[in-house]
Amino acid sequence: MTPEELYQIAEEEQESLKRFHFRMFVCTAAGCLSSHGDSVLDALKKEIKEAGREEECLCKGVGCMGLCSEGPLVFVEPDGVLYGKVKVEDAKEIVESLGKEPVARLVCPIDLPFFTRQKKVVLENSGVIDPERIEDYIAHSGYEALVQALTEMTPAEVIDGVFKSGLRGRGGAGYPTGLKWSTVSKGVGGAKYVICNADEGDPGAFMDRSVLESDPHRVLEGMAIAAYAVGASQGYIYVRAEYPLAIKRLQTAIRQAERCGLLGNHICNTTFSFQINVRLGAGAFVCGEETALIASIEGKRGQPRPRPPYPAEEGLWGCPTLINNVETFANVPAIIRNGAEWFAAIGTEKSKGTKVFALAGRVKHTGLIEVPMGIPLRDIIFEIGGGIPDERNFKAVQTGGPSGGCIPKEHLDVPVDYDSLSQLGSIMGSGGMIVMDESSCMVDVARFFMEFCMTESCGKCVPCRVGTAQIHDFLQKIINGDAVPDDLEFLKKICDMVKETSLCGLGQTAPNPVLSTLRFFRDEYVNHIVNKECTAGACKVPAKQEVHS
Amino acid sequence: MSKISFATVWLDGCSGCHMSFLDIDQRLIELAEKVDVVYSPLVDHKEFPLAVDVTLVEGAVSSDEDREKIINIRQKTKTLVSLGDCALTANVPSMRNPFLVKDVLDRAYMENVTINRQIPREGVPRLLPYSRPVHEVVSVDVFIPGCPPPADAIYFALCELLEGRMPDLTGKTRFGA
Amino acid sequence: MNPSIRVKTFKIDDRDVSAREDETILAVARQNGIFIPSLCYMDGLTPIGACRLCMVEIKGSTKLFASCVTRVEEGIEVITNSKRLQKYRLRILEFLFSERNHICSVCVSNGHCELQSMADQLGLTHVRVPYRYPIQPVDATHERFVVDHNRCILCARCVRVCDEIEGAHTWDIMGRGVEARVITDLNKPWGESESCTNCSKCVHVCPTGALSEKGKSTAEMKKKQQFLPYLTWIREGRT
Ligand SMILES: Cc1cc2nc3c(=O)[nH]c(=O)nc-3n(C[C@H](O)[C@H](O)[C@H](O)COP(=O)(O)O)c2cc1C
Ligand code: SF4
Ligand code: SF4
Ligand code: FES
Repeated sequence: MTPEELYQIAEEEQESLKRFHFRMFVCTAAGCLSSHGDSVLDALKKEIKEAGREEECLCKGVGCMGLCSEGPLVFVEPDGVLYGKVKVEDAKEIVESLGKEPVARLVCPIDLPFFTRQKKVVLENSGVIDPERIEDYIAHSGYEALVQALTEMTPAEVIDGVFKSGLRGRGGAGYPTGLKWSTVSKGVGGAKYVICNADEGDPGAFMDRSVLESDPHRVLEGMAIAAYAVGASQGYIYVRAEYPLAIKRLQTAIRQAERCGLLGNHICNTTFSFQINVRLGAGAFVCGEETALIASIEGKRGQPRPRPPYPAEEGLWGCPTLINNVETFANVPAIIRNGAEWFAAIGTEKSKGTKVFALAGRVKHTGLIEVPMGIPLRDIIFEIGGGIPDERNFKAVQTGGPSGGCIPKEHLDVPVDYDSLSQLGSIMGSGGMIVMDESSCMVDVARFFMEFCMTESCGKCVPCRVGTAQIHDFLQKIINGDAVPDDLEFLKKICDMVKETSLCGLGQTAPNPVLSTLRFFRDEYVNHIVNKECTAGACKVPAKQEVHS
Repeated sequence: MSKISFATVWLDGCSGCHMSFLDIDQRLIELAEKVDVVYSPLVDHKEFPLAVDVTLVEGAVSSDEDREKIINIRQKTKTLVSLGDCALTANVPSMRNPFLVKDVLDRAYMENVTINRQIPREGVPRLLPYSRPVHEVVSVDVFIPGCPPPADAIYFALCELLEGRMPDLTGKTRFGA
Repeated sequence: MNPSIRVKTFKIDDRDVSAREDETILAVARQNGIFIPSLCYMDGLTPIGACRLCMVEIKGSTKLFASCVTRVEEGIEVITNSKRLQKYRLRILEFLFSERNHICSVCVSNGHCELQSMADQLGLTHVRVPYRYPIQPVDATHERFVVDHNRCILCARCVRVCDEIEGAHTWDIMGRGVEARVITDLNKPWGESESCTNCSKCVHVCPTGALSEKGKSTAEMKKKQQFLPYLTWIREGRT
């Protein structure tokens, strides 16, 4: 494919879109599919056909629009109307209303802060393009960045661009992406590899899944640009097998890109060749850790190994390997296309760009959001999320999943960036954000995450394997009302030890939910221990069972 | 110098630690000059006295009777010494712990028994769900590992205690010794 | 020896030492007679950094480093025995003792067990975390050997010796967290394993009584580990 051919595809696709007077977008990402968005799509198509309006009205399935709690969602252009909770029976009415008054009872307002306060970079095409058609992606500037990189830039310039953009890894730790790319590019060895980490194991997180389901080409493009920059010719996407739709769309996208000469040998008639294969993970959280993931791709048991050497030096099959998160790669095309300065202008001094969050829990609007870095936590919860429902009060927000912590209301004004969150004992993480009101018991929240870590610990190193189980049992003991005040100090000691001595990030961060709740909600622990009472009224302290003979 | 009051008890153990204690042989006589044995299964005292300076405990806490005893003893003892692995780790008595008490009793008194099968309930203490080390039930000041701890280690520990020092038994005894 | 490998000098506990740059801190400490506790490490097998007993401090860093997998570096100052390290090592041992059912007094390896002697050396007299008392199986299906999971500390020495030295890869680990367990073949009884060559290497590298020869009673299972340095020495000589 030459740049000219690419622009031609883009133009043709844009032309064909313009031919339609009305365009209907039906969300067919996982959230809306679970509320039968696919049947709604079929019903709308059928109605359009029966009304004989196929010529003037386009109806297509698109990726996630974000407001998952209102699904299935349908968006109509040029009317600019968003319908929520659409049922198959509503199809006829919607089609009839085209060009007239919208169906009032289904309309979702789109001037909500939920939409206006967001800033879309990674999700710019989500909910707009048909994820199963490469032409649609190309029509929205897709693969422009790859072609531009291959034809106008040297690998060093690409790396420099990513470096200057200030992009940091979105997989959790926030390592500067440009620096990582540069390390891999300097690595010596026969082959090099690029791996996309799509294992997404945090409970409740679905950012990466949504990107893969809504805009898979974007990730492929980002990977190809990375491969060009670091000098790799083979890539892997490690996706958890629980994401069948994402896998299907990825495979479709890879096939289409290969057919268009955007992946495979001699991309854009240059000497650059790059293949991508999909590898399925069996759903172990620890396989998201980069060295465990690599072991898993190699066909070994998914267990982390000590670093250094880092994968950038010795990764897959001992070769220099670049491993980045889905969202990290998805940022790359926009950075190349719009320039590093454009990207660096979004966000804060040390955290550039935007971050996608899966907003969940006790807020009015749950779903997928993308916000500029540095936005106050309060704005996410009370403006975008619409606040706490049922007239209850906010208590805490959990970020960073099992490696993160709980942030209380005193700190609601903290800007959401890597450094501010870690100062509060939490982390940015990959983007899980769970809002809790007074009905949540913080001891039980800590216990929940510890149970997760305990069952997901790979079992290799002693502090994590046994420590998480011991911490979990301590928390259970507190909840059961069997603990004594001295146990709290002991619990903290064990947490510190597990944090400092564990081999990999799982164990090193597993105590965070406990430590952060101990820091901000110590009184709830004390209440369980001293008064045998749950502050939130959530835990039932079971009757003591002394003798079970 | 007034004599130090000294007691020993056994809970769920095999009395091997007490045998080992007796194995300090003629040094018992030296010891007897410094301590007053106020309570022990080896001597004839019925009630645990109100204030004891040093008490050696052998055995795990396995029944409600063990537990009452040790709580009472703790209250009346200045320095409580866990003597031997059963007191320290619950050791052999703890081998039943992975299983339910009911299953253990069934196994012992019903399944493998042909005549007069019955689980004794009258006049015997009730088993706790777990057989536990002493320090999980009450606080313990000194630990002497071993199954049983060698007589020399016991003697060394006692001498140190009599001198008012905390004994460091590293290299003198170990779990299972 | 590869001539491009350089020599580094640094300090362990204020002692000046020198080492090849590809050596680990633990190896250099051993050469110099400095004791650093370890359990999963075994000379001749690939180190995996799993037990975390060998952790040391390096001046200027708050992080701890597992010395069995940390390469030496010029000028670093290693501290092997700070208060913090002592505390953490005891806790690791406590975790190991609490995890499964280690009843030393009735174990085939009583008196010859590395976990037991480590507890003695580090002065562990009692375990402050609750014991977990899991139900663990014993597999005695093999004609000559027994695996008693009650005593296993998951050091993966058996897995490594079988894979790296014997080349059979009979052993592996299954399951996660405290449910993890060593298995033979694809979790078949050891007696039915098709890959096991009956070489007994795993039995002898096992630090505890988890792997033993049949017919051994309490305290009778002495391990013979001399073969390993010998084999690696011969092999390295050849390559
Ligand atoms: C226990 C554990 C789980 C992880 N899970 C994920 C994951 O699901 N997705 C991910 O991208 N990174 C995950 N990571 C982080 C990766 O190890 C790695 O840092 C990341 O993929 C690097 O990409 P980035 O630089 O783009 O963030 C995990 C790390 C740990 C320690
Ligand atoms: S910290 Fe946990 S997950 Fe990581 S290597 Fe250790 S046991 Fe495995
Ligand atoms: S069986 Fe022995 S050698 Fe194998 S992992 Fe367990 S303790 Fe280590
Ligand atoms: S000896 Fe280094 S971690 Fe076990």
